[in-house]
Amino acid sequence: MTADAIPLQAYLTVAAFLFCIGVWGLINSRNAVRVLMSIELMLNAVNLNLMSFSNYLDGQLIRGQVFAIFVITVAAAEAAVGLAILLSLYRNRETVDMERFNLLRW
Amino acid sequence: MTVASTTQLVCFVILSATLVLGSLAVVLLPNIVYSAFLLAGVFLSVAGLYLLLNASFVAAAQVLVYVGAVNVLILFAIMLVNKKENLAPIPGMAVRRLLSGAVCAGLLGLLIRVAFTTPWALPGPTPVGEDATIRIGEHLFSDYLLPFELASVLLLMAMIGAIVLARRDVFSIDIITGEPADQVLIEKERSPLLLEPTDSVPLRS
Repeated sequence: MTADAIPLQAYLTVAAFLFCIGVWGLINSRNAVRVLMSIELMLNAVNLNLMSFSNYLDGQLIRGQVFAIFVITVAAAEAAVGLAILLSLYRNRETVDMERFNLLRW
Repeated sequence: MTVASTTQLVCFVILSATLVLGSLAVVLLPNIVYSAFLLAGVFLSVAGLYLLLNASFVAAAQVLVYVGAVNVLILFAIMLVNKKENLAPIPGMAVRRLLSGAVCAGLLGLLIRVAFTTPWALPGPTPVGEDATIRIGEHLFSDYLLPFELASVLLLMAMIGAIVLARRDVFSIDIITGEPADQVLIEKERSPLLLEPTDSVPLRS
């Protein structure tokens, strides 16, 4: 698998697409659950970057894969706490509209 | 071009097309349940890309953690907060969408330009391939031991924090009688704390 049919830049481009779609969804979603989904998309894009660098530039000491495992761990913890916060917020506000979560705005 | 590299290329094209189209659908579809199921497809195609990158262990971890845990958690959250609500239209929403789309397109162009103009140190060392799982185990128990242990503490903290945040306050004390209140399994009707009084939703008492 060393004769690379796919250049490194192809993986980086795919990850860039995924990250930008995640950013757009993060800004424009009005449903709070969809905001959490967009964050997961961005984390996956970062992981894809780490894995491609680990395969192409650091093939012997695969430190990128170890980093990706830590990122997956932190993402799981983030999803659990984020959804718990969302549930508590929904219980008190009875909405999931991001535009109405403005208690700390001004 | 050999058969193996052609197969790799075809797999890569299919997986990345699934990835980009699926993530666009996750962001753009109006029904959030469809978005959640398509998110599982996106996670699965990311796992396929990891397999193409000689990382079978991380691909398995991706399927287990993301598809098996995070996605199911998101589906449960959708089930718990699933109420049909008509979102009030915000003035200037189209302008905001267009502006943020332009910003994101600019960011995409910047990232792609960086990826194509940086002189990467290619070709790097030969990938270890099948031994990757052994290498990851050696890393986790030698030079990454402290982050590994901290990750377990973080998971414990997240678990306890999620329980504390998401449960009803079953140990609250009744102010008048001084006895523990709400100690029943059947959920009591409580009035929400932060509802604006100007809402059309009537306050429950």
